[in-house]
Amino acid sequence: MYRIVKKRLLAQGIALLEVEAAAVAAKVEPGQFVIVRVDEVGERIPLTVMDYNREKGTITIVVQDVGYSSAIITTMNEGDAFQDFVGPLGVASEIENYGTVVCIGGGLGIAPIHPIARGLKAAGNHVISVLGSRSADLLILEEEMRAVSNEVVIATNDGSAGVKGFVTDGLAKVLSEGHKIAAIWAIGPMVMMKAVVEYTRPLGIKTIVSMNPIMVDGTGMCGACRISVGNETKFACVDGPEFDGHLVDFDLAMKRLAFYKDEENRAKARLECHHEGGHH
Amino acid sequence: MAANKIPRHEMPCQDSKARAHNFEEVALGYTKEMAVEEAQRCLQCKKPLCRTGCPVEVLIPDFIKQIAEENFEEASKVLKIKNSLPAICGRVCPQESQCESKCILGIKGEPVAIGRLERFAADYGMKSKKAEMEKTEPSGKRVAIIGAGPAGLACAGDLAKAGHAVTIFEALHVAGGVLMYGIPQFRLPKDIVQTEIDTLKQMGVEILTNQVVGKVTSVDELMANGYDAVFIGTGAGLPYFMNIPGENLNGVYSANEFLTRTNLMKGYKFPDYATPVKVGKNVAVLGAGNVAMDSARTALRLGAENVYIIYRRSRDEMPARKEELEHAEEEGIQFRLLTNPVSIEGDERGWVKSLTCLRYELGEPDASGRRAPVPIAGSEFEIEMDTVVVAIGQGPNPLVTTSTPGLELNKRGNIVADPETLMTSKSGVFAGGDIVTGAATVILAMGAGKKAAAGIDAYLKTK
Repeated sequence: MYRIVKKRLLAQGIALLEVEAAAVAAKVEPGQFVIVRVDEVGERIPLTVMDYNREKGTITIVVQDVGYSSAIITTMNEGDAFQDFVGPLGVASEIENYGTVVCIGGGLGIAPIHPIARGLKAAGNHVISVLGSRSADLLILEEEMRAVSNEVVIATNDGSAGVKGFVTDGLAKVLSEGHKIAAIWAIGPMVMMKAVVEYTRPLGIKTIVSMNPIMVDGTGMCGACRISVGNETKFACVDGPEFDGHLVDFDLAMKRLAFYKDEENRAKARLECHHEGGHH
Repeated sequence: MAANKIPRHEMPCQDSKARAHNFEEVALGYTKEMAVEEAQRCLQCKKPLCRTGCPVEVLIPDFIKQIAEENFEEASKVLKIKNSLPAICGRVCPQESQCESKCILGIKGEPVAIGRLERFAADYGMKSKKAEMEKTEPSGKRVAIIGAGPAGLACAGDLAKAGHAVTIFEALHVAGGVLMYGIPQFRLPKDIVQTEIDTLKQMGVEILTNQVVGKVTSVDELMANGYDAVFIGTGAGLPYFMNIPGENLNGVYSANEFLTRTNLMKGYKFPDYATPVKVGKNVAVLGAGNVAMDSARTALRLGAENVYIIYRRSRDEMPARKEELEHAEEEGIQFRLLTNPVSIEGDERGWVKSLTCLRYELGEPDASGRRAPVPIAGSEFEIEMDTVVVAIGQGPNPLVTTSTPGLELNKRGNIVADPETLMTSKSGVFAGGDIVTGAATVILAMGAGKKAAAGIDAYLKTK
């Protein structure tokens, strides 16, 4: 069992959990992910790593209540444990000294961008982070991101903090300041990553995205997570999750995310019904 | 009456109409009376040819003799001398091409039902719960096994019997490999697999789940961390796709994903179990091996109305076990033979709506004597379809091999191992099962696991 040693609510429905998983913590690198299962009847879901502590043997994950399993996870407390916690999975980010880089995190995507930004800064890059959320109260990990960035630009859809608009508006602000950008990492919802990629394509700036398709095993044995990159089928769990954003077929990836929409809604509705009945 | 005049006992089965809608085991197993009568058919040959057909050389006449004499407990013990997992083998081995194909009674009549008797004895032994194990003197040597599938489990059982301390590293959250995620409940109940695995644990085998070797640790690290030998039994878990247009549409599964969702994650019990799996009205399964039969029969049980097996050769070339093929037919699976898909069409939302196929004919025999399927020009036709399961085979998963420098592979990515000892190009590192041979059968993997255990034992004695 993998025990939760620390929990912090970052915003409404968004929880940070520090979990005991020494073997994973010993090996994980920025850009990798874990697969977790809550209990005996649970499903396997992929979660990106926000932080790790090799000495303490812990992995920190950030989860937003968006579906059946994530709803359960966000209500778990310190002392509770995951049945299964597998990792590190996927290929680590290619961290080296590129010069000036931009790390874009949208919504929950700020969590996985955090160790990448920290790694890039430690490698000698000038790191400009662009953080986006719907509103100021939903913006997570701002302090942590400031600690691993040279500059931070915030964009909120409603303008309650930073630039009013999307992360692409935040990126426009960075570009307008005349930086010569060597590479961009963008992590967030697929629509956001697609928007960033379409924005940088004509500018010819290398843009790396972290794909978050449906996964089952996370070790390359099923192909549930397959996506199309440069017209070739790739398994995001073993070939990625990071890919050259300009080669990814986002329309296909977004359609595939909807594969189990009906079932997800059914499971979530059942969970809420349980809550109201006081069974959970 | 002479033994060869008694007819072979049929296997009692669930009614085909009822079973097509449940996940309960199809074959119900012999009663004591049936088992004794069937066992009495065995001629107790002095030179039992049946044993030469068994990849793990089970003491076949000996355990059958015990059944004939109604010493069922003893029968199960005799079985276990050579086979650590008999309840599984009795169910999934292709006996018609192994032990039973060599039975002398098969020349003029029907061979002894060795597999059914094995299953009977193993199930009896399991229920009697007197599986006491003789304690072996510990050798002081430690062996790491990568992968808890049939090869790894068989290897672990024999090494534990030889007194070695065995630790299995398994990537998934349960041990069993294809026995748990691949072969469906209706053919191999999961509690039976679990009981066999628990017996190994009682013998002292340690099983660590959630350990992805290649990521969380590596072969070299295991060797550096005090393991005296390593056995790689990681199987053939990389699904092949057809590489035809439309394969990434919603509704297209690899058989591995479809079966994993249903079996390992118990998707057939959704929403009591959280993993969904869905099929539409019309399901096409591409391929005709055992994995294709399992997928087709699973789709039917999940509620599909029409399930088609689509295969470019003819019935005679189908690689599936005869019994599985017959069961599939009885349950109403429809066969579209000499047919091969060229593309999958989708709707505007990205969901499968039809399959375009070409009709084939068998051409002249090639150099190997096999008649090659040849497409018939202009024979294209379209079938409406909601779900497609691709079951055309699997390759070796590269996670372990690519993280192990110095490990010799062949051009298909399989590990090269010495045919006698199963040692790889790295000293002290052994490999067996599908990762060496490519996708084969459960019992061949178990045979390889046993062979490797002998190779490892001999190697450890030289150290």
